[in-house]
Amino acid sequence: MRTRPPLALVLPAALAALLVLLPLAGLLTRTPWARILELLGKEQVRQALWLSVRCALSATVLALLLGVPLAWVLARLPFPGRRLLRGLVTVPLVLPPVVGGVALLLAFGRRGVLGPLLEDAGAVPAFTTYGVVLAETFVAMPFLVLTVEGALRSLPTTPEDVASSLGAGPLRVFRTVTLPSVLPALAAGTALTSARALGEFGATITFAGSYPGRTQTVPIAIYALLQDDPPAAYALSAVLLLVSVSIILGLRGRLR
Amino acid sequence: MRRLLLVLLLALSGCSAHASDGTRVTVLAAASLTKAFGEEATAYERAHPGTDVVLSFAGSQSLVAQVQQGAPADVLATADPATMGAVRGGLEDPSVVFAHNELAIVTAPGNPLHLTSLQDLTRSGLKVVLAGPSVPVGKAAAKALTRAGVRVTPVSLEDAVTGVVGKVRLGEADAGIAYVTDLGGGVGGVPLGGTRTDLVIGPLTGAGRAFVQFVLGAEGQAILKKHRFQ
Repeated sequence: MRTRPPLALVLPAALAALLVLLPLAGLLTRTPWARILELLGKEQVRQALWLSVRCALSATVLALLLGVPLAWVLARLPFPGRRLLRGLVTVPLVLPPVVGGVALLLAFGRRGVLGPLLEDAGAVPAFTTYGVVLAETFVAMPFLVLTVEGALRSLPTTPEDVASSLGAGPLRVFRTVTLPSVLPALAAGTALTSARALGEFGATITFAGSYPGRTQTVPIAIYALLQDDPPAAYALSAVLLLVSVSIILGLRGRLR
Repeated sequence: MRRLLLVLLLALSGCSAHASDGTRVTVLAAASLTKAFGEEATAYERAHPGTDVVLSFAGSQSLVAQVQQGAPADVLATADPATMGAVRGGLEDPSVVFAHNELAIVTAPGNPLHLTSLQDLTRSGLKVVLAGPSVPVGKAAAKALTRAGVRVTPVSLEDAVTGVVGKVRLGEADAGIAYVTDLGGGVGGVPLGGTRTDLVIGPLTGAGRAFVQFVLGAEGQAILKKHRFQ
């Protein structure tokens, strides 16, 4: 016979589920679906969508190019301070994004540590699309590093050792043995990274400002539109919600 | 479990408890009024012991959106009459003009690039920030630029005048269009003559009337003058 589940657990659990589901349902019920194509076709909205796709994609590629090697170094290369570095590079995961934006300004802004150098090179990232990509990569890359590094560390090194004893160089071992065996983690990390990059708001608006078509990504456009055109803001929010839901559905099983 | 609940309840009640037993007046004011209304609030509290003035500053269009979404507030002060117009129906009394401001070019302290006219803002390579088209200062700036026949491509559109001044103060932008009342305090610049703006105030509740009257009264007006509102 099954005992009745304790109310003291079921009740808060139900409240917790409602707390998450009600706002999502609220958004979906208030989204002006009948006008959604017209709303998403507005110039400011279209510009924001296109900019967000470009920036999130670039940030994800940048995170893959830089983050996977970093994950490998942290998992495989013993060096002093490795544990410290491993902790520090994942700080953006818990850092308030606006603090990330301030930090980026102080490093890459005109008055930042590297400011004069970048100014001479004509490459100050503040207020540019490239600044948006930088902010998104800063915030999102740790998801990739963490996922891939975790997978690398739990991987037995025997196949790699065998490959190198058979004469494969370290880079070839990485490419043909290591990378294929962490592919599921790589996929999950890529999905999480692109989702985080797509949703980035605080660091971006602080570091890159807000200008339609150049730095006003979808989340920033939603924030601006909520003041002058709420239905357009709801429509854009619904789009981001649907993207997030599809990413979660795509990740099911991988994150279990 | 019981202990946890108790702690939670205490924490929640702490959030809603009033700082004093007196009344509380919530004032939503345009970002350009940040300093002046801080002082208005202190003076009002001194004149009305036991009253607690809670201030919230943002771009006027953002305050109006908050009021439309049901934010509880007693007084609304916006940087232009048009923005106030959207909540006209929610006011206890019609809004009134209580101060004037004037646009200004804001620059780094001392105006090192000698930017003295709107025309100067078109210099190539110059990073100019403006406020967005729905922000009162953004609207006024756009009007002034059109009238002068000057086209400026800003690097960012901020959602309040404080965002414009902040970007210039940080040195991330070379110049912006803000208000005369923003000059000094970490930024330099020049006033733009012939760009007078009207600030309006109105009570959203009966409890807000006294604060509105205070701002319109001699002491309230003196404080605004001190902060260079006209």
